[in-house]
Amino acid sequence: MSDLGTSSKPLLVAIVGSGPSGFYAAEALLKSEISVKVDLFDRLPSPYGLVRSGVAPDHQKLKQAIKLYEKIADSPDFNLVANVNVGTDIDIDDLRASHHAVIIACGAETDRKLDIPGEDLTGSYTATEFVGWYNGHPDYRDRQFDLSHDVAVIIGQGNVAADVSRILSKTVDELKHTDIAQHALDVLAESKVKEIHVIGRRGPAQAKFTPKELREFGELGDCHPMIDEQELELNTASKTELEEKTNIGSKKIYDQFCEFAAMTADTNKTKRCYFRFLLSPIELLGNEKLETVVLEKNKLSGDAFKQSARGTGERLELETGILFRSIGYRGVPITGIPFRDDWGTIPNIEGRVTENDKLVPQLYTAGWIKRGPSGIIGTNRACSVETVECLLADISALDTGNKSGINNILSLLKDKNIRVVDYADWKKIDSEEIKQGEPKGKPREKITYRDQMLALID
Amino acid sequence: MTTIVTDNCKGCRFTDCVTVCPVACFHYDDEMLYIDPDTCIDCSACIPECPVQAIYEGDDIPEDQEHWIDINAEKAPELPVCEEQMEPLPGAEERKAALGF
Ligand SMILES: Cc1cc2nc3c(=O)[nH]c(=O)nc-3n(C[C@H](O)[C@H](O)[C@H](O)COP(=O)(O)OP(=O)(O)OC[C@H]3O[C@@H](n4cnc5c(N)ncnc54)[C@H](O)[C@@H]3O)c2cc1C
Ligand SMILES: NC(=O)c1ccc[n+]([C@@H]2O[C@H](COP(=O)([O-])OP(=O)(O)OC[C@H]3O[C@@H](n4cnc5c(N)ncnc54)[C@H](OP(=O)(O)O)[C@@H]3O)[C@@H](O)[C@H]2O)c1
Ligand code: SF4
Ligand code: SF4
Repeated sequence: MSDLGTSSKPLLVAIVGSGPSGFYAAEALLKSEISVKVDLFDRLPSPYGLVRSGVAPDHQKLKQAIKLYEKIADSPDFNLVANVNVGTDIDIDDLRASHHAVIIACGAETDRKLDIPGEDLTGSYTATEFVGWYNGHPDYRDRQFDLSHDVAVIIGQGNVAADVSRILSKTVDELKHTDIAQHALDVLAESKVKEIHVIGRRGPAQAKFTPKELREFGELGDCHPMIDEQELELNTASKTELEEKTNIGSKKIYDQFCEFAAMTADTNKTKRCYFRFLLSPIELLGNEKLETVVLEKNKLSGDAFKQSARGTGERLELETGILFRSIGYRGVPITGIPFRDDWGTIPNIEGRVTENDKLVPQLYTAGWIKRGPSGIIGTNRACSVETVECLLADISALDTGNKSGINNILSLLKDKNIRVVDYADWKKIDSEEIKQGEPKGKPREKITYRDQMLALID
Repeated sequence: MTTIVTDNCKGCRFTDCVTVCPVACFHYDDEMLYIDPDTCIDCSACIPECPVQAIYEGDDIPEDQEHWIDINAEKAPELPVCEEQMEPLPGAEERKAALGF
C-alpha cells in the first residue's frame, strides 16, 4: 500500500501555466482528501493567463474570476513559481525528478494562419497580437498597429473577433476607465477607423458569437451595427439548424442579426460595423503595405450542423489598410512533451498525456492545450477536474521513489540567475498596478515590461 | 444584469451547470438551484449546459420568469454552495421529457 498523499509524504504536483485551467487543477488537488503540495509555474511574472491578457478590458466583471484564484493561492499548500519558462528555463525532466506528477496547462498561445498570399503584408495583423497588446502582455508590448485607415477588416466570427471589433468600435471615453494598457489607449485615441467589416466564411446561422457579446454592438456609443438583409437569407439546412431546440444560442444570434438589419442607422454615430457572411479571403494585395482584400463568395454545402463553406469562384474586392485574422488560437509545443502538430494540442486521454497511443507516466494536461482553443473560463473548471480525477486515481503508480521537491528546482533556477516571482512578490506588483490606476479612474494600470515588474520586487 | 435559474430547474437539478461555473456561485435546496448575484460574474458558461434551458441571462429573461430574479437573490446566500455535480433528483428524466427536451 502506497503512503503517498499522507501528511508525512504529500503528493507533489507541478502545474505549468497559471491560467484558469492551472488554477482549477490546483483547486481540485487542494480540495481532495489526500495531502498535496502544488507548485504553479508561469513563464510571465504575472499569473492568471488569458483572464488577465485575453479577456477584454471592457469586460471587467469577468476578471473577477481572479478573486477565486486569489483564494486558491492563499492555501498554505500552494506555491506560485512565476517568471519561469518550463521547457527553456527548466526542463520537464527536472520537474519529473522533483515532483510526482506534472500537469501541463500552458494554453494555446499562438494563432492559426489563413495560408493565403499576402498574409505577411504590413497592415495584416493577428487578433492574438492585438489582444495581447491592448491587454498589456509583455510579449506584445512593442507591437505597432497603424490605425490611420478608414476601413478595417476582421476575418472570423467568434468571440475574439467580437472583442477586436468592439475595441476598434468604441470611443476613448468608453475605454478609459477599464484596465486597457495606456500605450494602446493612446494609439486607439488617434484611430481613423470608421468602417469595420467582420467577415464570416459561413452564414449568419453559423456565426460563433455568443448572444450577449453580439448584443453589445447595438449599444455602442459611436458605432452602429450594419447588416444587409439579403445576406440573412437561409438555405434549408440552416433553417433546420435554427429550428433545433438545443441550438437556441444560434437562433438568438440570428434573431439579433435580423434586429440589427431592421434598425435604421443612427446618423449621429460616426462609425459603422458591418457583419458580412459567406465570404473567404483568398488573397491580400498591396505594395509592401496591405491595400486590398480579395474575397471569394461562398456557398454552404452539406447536411445541417455539418455545413462547410465552398468557394463559388465569384470574387469581390475590399479596399482596406488593416486586417486582423481572428480564426482561432493554436498551442505551442514544450520541449520534452508530446505534441500533435495537426491539432496544436498535447495528445491525451481524459487528461492523461499519451505518446504513440501509450500513456506517459507522471504527465497530465488540462485546459486549451488539452482540448484545443475553445471554451470559456468556466469550461476549464470541468476540464481540470477531469484531469485531476485521473491523476488521483493513478496515485499508487505515481509513487516512484523520493522526489527532490521544489527547493531543488528553486536552486537550479537560482544557479541560472532566474528571478522567481512568488505569490507575495506578485501581490506587490498587483498593488502597484492598482495604485497606478487610481488617479486615472482605472481598476489598474498594467505594468507591461517584464524588467519594470521585476524592478518592483528587488 | 444578472444570470438566474428559473422554473424548469424545479424537480430536476441536473447540476451540469455547476461543473462549468468559474466562481462556484450556485446554491441548492431540496428542489432546485439558485445563483448568488453577488458572486456570479455573468459569464454565461452555465446557460448552454442546462439540459432543460432553465438559466437565463438578465437581458433575456422572459417576462413570466422575472420574479425569479428576486428569488435567486434572496435564496442563494442562505443555502449551501453546490460546487460539484450531484445526482439528479428522482424523476428528473421524466420531468425533462415532460418539458420537451
Ligand atoms: C482574446 C480572448 C478573450 C477571451 N474572453 C473570454 C471572456 O470574456 N469570457 C470567458 O469566459 N472566456 C474568455 N476567453 C476564453 C478563456 O480565456 C480561456 O478559456 C482560458 O483562458 C483558457 O485557459 P488555459 O488555462 O487553458 O490557458 P491560458 O489562460 O492561456 O493560460 C495559460 C498560461 O500558461 C502560461 N504558459 C504558457 N507556456 C508556458 C511555459 N512554457 N512555461 C510556463 N508557463 C507557460 C501562460 O503564460 C499562461 O499564463 C477568451 C479568450 C481569448 C483568447
Ligand atoms: N466574451 C466571451 O465569452 C469570450 C471572448 C473571447 C473568446 N471567448 C472564447 O474563446 C474561444 C476562442 O474564440 P475564437 O473567436 O478564437 O474562436 P472560435 O469561436 O472558434 O471562432 C473562430 C472563427 O474563425 C472562423 N474561421 C476558422 N478558420 C477560418 C478560415 N480558414 N477562414 C475564415 N474563417 C475561419 C470560424 O468559422 P467556422 O465556424 O466556419 O469554422 C469562426 O467564425 C471560444 O470558445 C470563445 O467563445 C469567449
Ligand atoms: S443544469 Fe439546469 S436543471 Fe440542472 S441544476 Fe442546473 S439549472 Fe437546474
Ligand atoms: S453566469 Fe457564469 S458565474 Fe454566473 S452562475 Fe453561470 S457559470 Fe456561474
